[in-house]
Amino acid sequence: MSEMTAVPKAIAGPSSYLDDRIGAGTFLKRNMRKIFPDHWSFLLGEIALYSFIILLLSGTFLTFFFKPSMMHVIYDGPYDPLKGVVMSEAYASALEISFEVRGGLLMRQIHHWAALLFVAGMMVHMLRVFFTGAYRKPRELNWLIGVLLLTLALAEGLTGYSLPDDLLSGAGLRITEGVAISLPLVGTYITFFLFGGEYPGEDVIARFYSLHILLIPGILLALISAHMVLMWVQKHTQMPGKGRNNHNVVGAPFYPAFMLKAGAYFMFTFAVVAGLATFAQINPIWAFGPYTPADISAGSQPDFYMGFLEGSLRLMPPWEINLFGTSEFGTLPLSVIIPALVPMGIVMTGLALYPFMERWVTGDNREHHIADRPRNNPHRTSIGMAAITFYGVLWLLGANDEISAFFQISLNWTTYIGRVLVLVGPVIAYIITYRICLGLQRSDAAVIGHGVESGVIKRLPHGEFIEVHTPAAEDIEAHLRGKEAIPQVDVDADTEGIPPRGMRGPLGKLRGRMSKAYGGEKIPLDDGHGHGHGEEHAEIGPGGDDRSLTH
Amino acid sequence: MTDNEHEIEQPDERVPKRVIGTPPPGSTMIPAEEKKDDDEVPGVYYPDEAKARKGERIVALCFTITALAGIVFIVNYVVFQVGDVDSTAVSNLALGAPLTLALLGLAAGIVVWVRQVMPKYTLIQERHEMATDSATRSYVSETFVQGAKESGFVKRPLLRRTLLLASAPLGLIPLVLLRDLDNSKMPASAFHKELRHTVWGGKTKEGKPLKLVVEGTGQPIRAADFNSPGGILSVVPEGYEHDMNALAKATLILIKFRPEEIKSGVNKNWTHDGIVAYSKICTHVGCPAALYEQTTHHILCPCHQSTFDAADGAKVIFGPAARPLPQLPIGVDEQGFLIAKGDFAVPVGPSFWERGDAEAKVREGGQA
Repeated sequence: MSEMTAVPKAIAGPSSYLDDRIGAGTFLKRNMRKIFPDHWSFLLGEIALYSFIILLLSGTFLTFFFKPSMMHVIYDGPYDPLKGVVMSEAYASALEISFEVRGGLLMRQIHHWAALLFVAGMMVHMLRVFFTGAYRKPRELNWLIGVLLLTLALAEGLTGYSLPDDLLSGAGLRITEGVAISLPLVGTYITFFLFGGEYPGEDVIARFYSLHILLIPGILLALISAHMVLMWVQKHTQMPGKGRNNHNVVGAPFYPAFMLKAGAYFMFTFAVVAGLATFAQINPIWAFGPYTPADISAGSQPDFYMGFLEGSLRLMPPWEINLFGTSEFGTLPLSVIIPALVPMGIVMTGLALYPFMERWVTGDNREHHIADRPRNNPHRTSIGMAAITFYGVLWLLGANDEISAFFQISLNWTTYIGRVLVLVGPVIAYIITYRICLGLQRSDAAVIGHGVESGVIKRLPHGEFIEVHTPAAEDIEAHLRGKEAIPQVDVDADTEGIPPRGMRGPLGKLRGRMSKAYGGEKIPLDDGHGHGHGEEHAEIGPGGDDRSLTH
Repeated sequence: MTDNEHEIEQPDERVPKRVIGTPPPGSTMIPAEEKKDDDEVPGVYYPDEAKARKGERIVALCFTITALAGIVFIVNYVVFQVGDVDSTAVSNLALGAPLTLALLGLAAGIVVWVRQVMPKYTLIQERHEMATDSATRSYVSETFVQGAKESGFVKRPLLRRTLLLASAPLGLIPLVLLRDLDNSKMPASAFHKELRHTVWGGKTKEGKPLKLVVEGTGQPIRAADFNSPGGILSVVPEGYEHDMNALAKATLILIKFRPEEIKSGVNKNWTHDGIVAYSKICTHVGCPAALYEQTTHHILCPCHQSTFDAADGAKVIFGPAARPLPQLPIGVDEQGFLIAKGDFAVPVGPSFWERGDAEAKVREGGQA
């Protein structure tokens, strides 16, 4: 076995060439050993990143064969059940990819599965960032880029879903049209401009195609790059632990450890997607037949990330207003507008504004590089869980026909229950989460205060049995001690009873009240026992401290 | 080595700050003799050689699997042809399985390489405030002011205002160019008028009213043959069987009732011998309301479960749709085939802003 002692010529030559011309050495010197902290939850965003790369690769392959045209052709391919059927060229070419291109079906399925994984990866990554407060200063801008990325990913999914022009994809397009045309004032215009006239027209697939393969992925690529650059420049957050603080990063260097780990992770993601595409059929377009606005199949379901919109459309009571009572204008189809815009608006706007609202409430203008454990900011965690419940109920209701068929419940009752749950569920989730967070904080305080159970039972001279507690391991204690009180704005009136500036108006009072509720220390780690450190931690073994606490 | 895995070297504040693990200043990019002695680099913990050697063999095995699986993929690409459903399924498996295995082998190999052959790291890097120092900030703001002064942008209002003037129309051009996205060649104010009509209001080339024909087969329907109560047909206009734009508005659902089943919501003048025709396009967001339950006369839209009572003018009894499915006036021609006696009285399909209270206009006796 030989060890390398100098940079081999094959690398040194080109490196010097580049360094002579662009001075790459300075950048490399600073960045080759950049430190990346380790935690399983930091890997979630990478799933989305790698899925995006897979999407670019498989999508490019698909464009070589797909024809984004709505021209009518008569099918003459190898799939017998559709022989002689009138269909669009888009659908015919999607069938061609599936049945006449070797590996075409595999690529189509890889593309579809990767798209699902892309959005799912973004969602869980976003939840991780939210629940650990990793969006706080200085990372608010990257958080906003993330919100934009998620929104664009939904648009990218919607346009891609419509391209094969099978019966299922057409149903999605029809719903998109029905929602667009319902918008007040501009609805008909938007629809006519989008479809090149009346629905469905002959343009929409070609237009969605250029959006799907050029415009949206281009913006996605630019924003993802910006997302990476900001993460690189600001350095990753880390979980609290021994030796870690707000002024350092502890972990493994980019070269060679993190680089290789990331490569392996990309391969894992690709392997999972390829495995799904091999063994789990997705979107068998040949079974649905070509799109016609006259037909639909029962049990039509969108891709999972559109499910919450589908659910909210299903949930809505039939409200429609004619504003002015004329037959010329003024129709407001609330049963379309509200479910199509409001839940998405609440979720996306809420996500985008949260860092700024939290900063307003806490008055916290410091930089944060240590991630919060979710329990240590109970209100934030509860708000997050309430939002997940809101989203989750809508998402479940998007499949209420399946639920009703599977569990043998009346379809109407799934809707009635859903209407109540979508309002009550988040409140219940909030209360339960809040209680769980405080409970977990108490158990942390107990670990710090009393130590962990040693499993040793001791009999005291007067006959009482106690379990001996032993101090927590150093790294665990450091992890727990990463908690800090959530800052509050200064609301208290001074000695003359005058509240501070900015806290006097109704908005200021509201801010003060919210800050009091949101911030502060609910369960202090080192409080409420009145014992010294030494007293609380009994030694294990004979001769231990008789005054060990009983529990 | 393993028992001090949790050890973290605290950087000493007194020595000049340097990222541990990076070469000291002044050295070449990749120093030749550094790390000669493994144990001297703090925060880098090498595995013992026996473990590393075992890891190396596992990695080699994984990489070999990847190489073999890659070859299998290429062979299978040549061997397995596609064409019909069965051969495509076989090809999909024959290509997908080795691809998955190849990627998995590479992934597993690298993981074992990192975890068993390479050292464990607990390196520390300093963070710095994102904000630049005040000297830099004030240099930037001074330069900005100086540059603005030099450009004369602030001092010369004529320049400034005409530049704004110049950019306004230029900025509008991309928007103006989008106008022909709508290629129906209609004035924009006429869009909504288009939505109020379907092809049922038109005539055949011979000037006769359009026949109702069965969707799919294109067969006209003789009223006397459509005689089993509870029967249902999906119907399209004669001559428009493959016209997507026409079908998106004109598709019908045709239902035969016993006379006593028909309730007051149905306009009986628009029926023929217990046969009622409703628009199949849901008034919610336009899916075809395709499901029919014979015993209850319920029409159900599978997209969002709007439910309509077919026996009572297709009024909404459940779900998010706010309006009944419009009824089409039908009759028979001299051969007894079902025909449309005119267009729908109100717009079909999803609501739109200009739709207004079309039903009120009908009640007053006009066509909406």
